[in-house]
Amino acid sequence: MNCTRMENKILAYVDGRLKESERLEMEKHVAACGACQLRVNEFRAVAALLEEVPQIEPSAAFDVRVRARVAAEPVKQGWWAWFTPSPRVAFAASLLLLATVWIGSRPPDPRTLTAADEAQINQDLPVLENFDVLSDFGALTDLPQPVQPEDTGNSNPDQNQNQQQNDSQNPTM
Amino acid sequence: MLDVKAGDEQSFELLLQRYRTPLVNFLYRMVRAREEAEDLAQEVFLRVYRARKDYVPSAKFTTWLFRIATNLALNSVRDNRHQRMEVSLDAPVTVDSEDGDEKPLDVAEKHPNIEQYMVEEVRKKMIRHAIDKLPEKQRAAVLLHKYQELDYGDIAKILECSESALKSLLFRAYETLRVELAPLVARQGK
Repeated sequence: MNCTRMENKILAYVDGRLKESERLEMEKHVAACGACQLRVNEFRAVAALLEEVPQIEPSAAFDVRVRARVAAEPVKQGWWAWFTPSPRVAFAASLLLLATVWIGSRPPDPRTLTAADEAQINQDLPVLENFDVLSDFGALTDLPQPVQPEDTGNSNPDQNQNQQQNDSQNPTM
Repeated sequence: MLDVKAGDEQSFELLLQRYRTPLVNFLYRMVRAREEAEDLAQEVFLRVYRARKDYVPSAKFTTWLFRIATNLALNSVRDNRHQRMEVSLDAPVTVDSEDGDEKPLDVAEKHPNIEQYMVEEVRKKMIRHAIDKLPEKQRAAVLLHKYQELDYGDIAKILECSESALKSLLFRAYETLRVELAPLVARQGK
């Protein structure tokens, strides 16, 4: 073993962490090499000096602070917690569901318009839009009452119709 | 740690009691400020607690714990480097007390043998300063190797380097310490 190869093993040798075979090889080299022997002794001295650095004890408040910080940590939940609603949300959702079921189960309102009613309204819409004008249209009130067919045996409807048309065309006659 | 993962709060308390002193000491030796070391140690325990559900025992718990601590310490040292340099210019002469806090050197302090006490304090201070002068990664390697007595493999994982690179790192660190502490080393060798 040469001195360069020894460099990476010298500390392990000083610590007693070398394998038996490596230790024997190292001892053989150190016994023959003055420089390496000196370095081993100096590393041992450095290791002993490092032992002299005193240890400190954590302050009395250390544990209390750690416990306080840990207690202040929010509770971590799993991904499935996303699917678990909070009690408030669950209550509100239940109420909404109940209300929906209740409204859906009620009988239809009789005042509700049917499709036929809506069709009739659409048909009458032009008249209804002009209802104000038509309801106050004087000319309509001045119209003579339609002549009721007398029950005289004259039962020809075409003749009656012609008669009504003549009346409307010559109101002053 | 697996018990902590299972939700056992008492096991976390056991971890706290088991590792609080080694962690605070490691961080104190890294950042050289007691209050900051305790803050960082608290942060380490908090991160352990936060990560408990995702903990996978792929490595030793100690390795994982000191990896968190080392990363926090290295970041803190790098962030505060400029500030420390400014403070050190005007810092008064101090002596390390037994509990690790630095206090102003008081020669009139009552002590059975004041001369011997001062020699010991200066000696400790020299050792500490020699450690402080090491580059951060070398310092972390020495502290983990010497004071936590971790295996080379574990330290290599903590520092995210190969075992061979770690041995080289430690060798360079001990070489620097050997030179810095030469007067003490020579006396130690006698």
